[in-house]
Amino acid sequence: MKKILFIILSFGLFQITCAQKYISKTGHIWIYSYTPVEVIEAHNRQVVSILDATTGDLQFTLLVKSFEFKIALMQEHFNENYMESDKIPKSSFKGKISNLDKIDFKKEGIYPAEVSGDLTIHGVTKPVSATGTIEVKGQTLTAKAKFTVSPKDYAIVIPSLVEEKIAKTIDVNVDVPYTINP
Amino acid sequence: MKSKFTIILPALLLSSILVNAQDIDKMLEEAAGSETEFASATFKSTRIINGHSIERMPSGQLDVRISHRFGEVNGGIYNFFGLDEANTHLGLEYGITNWMMVGIGRGTYEKTYDGFLKFSLLRQSKGKKNMPVSLSYLATTAVNTLKWEGSGSLNFWDRVSYVHQVLIARKFNERLSVELNPTYVHRNMVSTEMDPNDLFAAGVGMRFKLTKRFSLNAEYYYVIPPVHDYRSEKTYNPLSIGVDIETGGHVFQLFFTNSLPIIEKGFIGETAGNWLDGGIRFGFNISRVFALK
Repeated sequence: MKKILFIILSFGLFQITCAQKYISKTGHIWIYSYTPVEVIEAHNRQVVSILDATTGDLQFTLLVKSFEFKIALMQEHFNENYMESDKIPKSSFKGKISNLDKIDFKKEGIYPAEVSGDLTIHGVTKPVSATGTIEVKGQTLTAKAKFTVSPKDYAIVIPSLVEEKIAKTIDVNVDVPYTINP
Repeated sequence: MKSKFTIILPALLLSSILVNAQDIDKMLEEAAGSETEFASATFKSTRIINGHSIERMPSGQLDVRISHRFGEVNGGIYNFFGLDEANTHLGLEYGITNWMMVGIGRGTYEKTYDGFLKFSLLRQSKGKKNMPVSLSYLATTAVNTLKWEGSGSLNFWDRVSYVHQVLIARKFNERLSVELNPTYVHRNMVSTEMDPNDLFAAGVGMRFKLTKRFSLNAEYYYVIPPVHDYRSEKTYNPLSIGVDIETGGHVFQLFFTNSLPIIEKGFIGETAGNWLDGGIRFGFNISRVFALK
């Protein structure tokens, strides 16, 4: 009995010490498309993310419907015609911080971070990599990054009639505040 | 002592596993579950065909609408199946808030000026707040400005008519939306004593999306008291069938209808065409939305 207890105890402690996870439910991701004809911007402030400081695993997931546009009709078209968010409600990213050894999660400061992994948009998964920063401040982190995606890569069909209004590459900005998982 | 341990330890173990097994998708669902998600795009445009749909102009958006109804198809090749005649309606419609829109228009039929107010009272939603249907209220006024050819002079108020309509719609799934429109029409003056001033109608409309930008629409109004009984002019219940084509910014509605008038007062009370003997017309509505704010 004592042996079993010891195993359970050590296993439990191991789990607790290893759970160096930071989570966020209020991540902010915004997309930006610029053409001379039209500027399109949309913000999603309900991005969920988990960052594992011990392994460097990084995950993001969001609901496409939570993107907010200034013009309601654009939002409707985004959901109905391009992202098909009733059929494919989520977009996600699953990857790793590749320069984890250069980030000290115990020391305050701003560290450059390199991230690569798989980005899934509109049901299509493609490898992506981006550089950003991780700011360590006490028990909280702020991760920021910027990269571009091309709608064509994710099987998002843009009819020729509106081709001039939607950029070939869309800027994606990421700004996620994390707190350590208690 | 021992018994205490056996309780505390498994609990500790369990909690640590729970933290680790916290699934990111579950977290997203939890975060999203506390929100209300409203049904969007129940219809592509603020009209199903002739009559209003549940859709509204959001705050600060202007809808410029150009509508045509051609002549009756049974006019034959001499009239180029009706295309020689055109009856138009021009409309400017604007969202004052996200729950109130206003519109003005001018139609060829009886040289009518019209205006309306539409209020979105309930919106279909799920999540935190569950609402099975959307509900709006529409009030319209129309003024006929035809030259008075009767004797004496015509009081302005005799030219006016009113419509009150409740719109109840549900988007069943991504493809199918259905709407019910109980309607009351009051015409201050009608052609003869035999014609009713007050009309009630039960409208039903639907849209079925075939592709992302293309849908099939149909609309029918059952008018009470029953039409074509003893009125001075024979009228029919309006039935319209057509398609919506959305091109990003524009919506084109192409259809066949037995109504010439384009506003509620007219197509509910004064539809003169009969589907059964070719009394139908080709028509279209073009909607172009501008964001002013």
